[in-house]
Amino acid sequence: MSGGLSNWSWQTFFDAFPLILEGLGITILLTLACYLCALIVGFFWTAVKRLPIAAIRLPLLGIMEFIRSTPPLVQLFFIYYAWPMVPVVGMALDPFTSAVIGLGIHYSTYIGEVYRSGIDGVPAGQWEAATALNYSRRKKWTKIILPQAIPPTIPMLGNYLIIMFKEVPLASTIGFLGILALANDYGAQHWRYLEPLTIVAILFLVLSYPSALLVNKLEKKFNRRLDKNAVTESKAN
Amino acid sequence: MIIIDAIADIFPVLLKGVEITVKVLLASIVLGYLMAFIAGFCKLSRNVIIRKVTSFYVEVFRGTSLIVQLFWFYYALPILFGWEIGSSFWAGVFAIALNYGAYMSEIVRTSILSVAEGQYEASTALNMSRFQRMRLIIFPQAVRMMLPEFGNYLILMLKSTSLVSLIGMTDILYYGDILRSSNLDQAPTVYFLVLVFYFILALPFIWLTKKMEAASKKGVASS
Repeated sequence: MSGGLSNWSWQTFFDAFPLILEGLGITILLTLACYLCALIVGFFWTAVKRLPIAAIRLPLLGIMEFIRSTPPLVQLFFIYYAWPMVPVVGMALDPFTSAVIGLGIHYSTYIGEVYRSGIDGVPAGQWEAATALNYSRRKKWTKIILPQAIPPTIPMLGNYLIIMFKEVPLASTIGFLGILALANDYGAQHWRYLEPLTIVAILFLVLSYPSALLVNKLEKKFNRRLDKNAVTESKAN
Repeated sequence: MIIIDAIADIFPVLLKGVEITVKVLLASIVLGYLMAFIAGFCKLSRNVIIRKVTSFYVEVFRGTSLIVQLFWFYYALPILFGWEIGSSFWAGVFAIALNYGAYMSEIVRTSILSVAEGQYEASTALNMSRFQRMRLIIFPQAVRMMLPEFGNYLILMLKSTSLVSLIGMTDILYYGDILRSSNLDQAPTVYFLVLVFYFILALPFIWLTKKMEAASKKGVASS
């Protein structure tokens, strides 16, 4: 019988492991770069949602919906293969930069929603109080709204960091040499895909599961804080 | 106009891929929701072993990346069990369904848990069996809470079907890649059209998600 677990080879496993591990650093670096890009561009979409002029807001929101509802893989291909062919503005980008722009912009449409939910979560009374105290526009945002809007979004933002980490291997399709590409290379060279791909899965699990537990903990902590606020609020009424 | 000629050339080629994309999507949706409900209920089971096994499934699939799971199902699984060659269709469908099923099982579980305690007590007071209580009282209320998130996952699943082109399925993106490799100058038009194809497929889901959100709010006293 050739079936069963007899096809698993520990020798291949230990042979491939150090080679694949070499790609972990750059994979994490790309995750952070994409995430940073998403965090920054996210502000743009949040601002767009608040634009008072519908003639500008609606077309931009249409573009946001388009980016959000189409596959990030196709967007990566567009930036890597098609962007250099675009007249005037087009230029060739390396896989790392392409992935930062592609995945960063794709997930910025989600991050923008997170920011928005944070801002909408600030009670109307806080806006009114800031106005009543004659705060300037800038002071209202920096002293009153943002300090209350940001903390509740931290667990959600943490979740998106983990999601980003799991999306980054998409960049292997445009030649980014992260852990998945190295595993595929090893597989192609030795004609053994089982062990290298299992190693990649284990690496993802080992890194993202503890992070998910951490985010859960943060979530509980912030929920508790919000509950406390709710109690003091009801006492005040 | 050159660009219109190009679109007229590209459009029918991409159209050939729609069938596979839709097939993979529909199979993934059916299996994915099925997995979500099975795993969601199993996590609420009174049996510790069922709970632990389900937790393991959910954490493994949420903790590893979909593209890794897809490659693993397609390249690694057949080797592990000594099969001849895997079916790319089922590798794709199982990867997407098991991955999103794991995410959605959490929605099923938390929705069932968030049905008000009084509803449980009332149905117990009415002498309902455990099964009757779930079927007639708890589940109908929980499903409503699941709807908005379920709608979002429809769009996520549609987007993820593009991955099956990587294991050789002839979907929309696959034909796009073929066109691009035969004529690199056309790449911007090709990929833009591919994106438009996916967006058109997503439109009914975007609409459905809005409907589901409205349905979940309808007739419920806001607390």
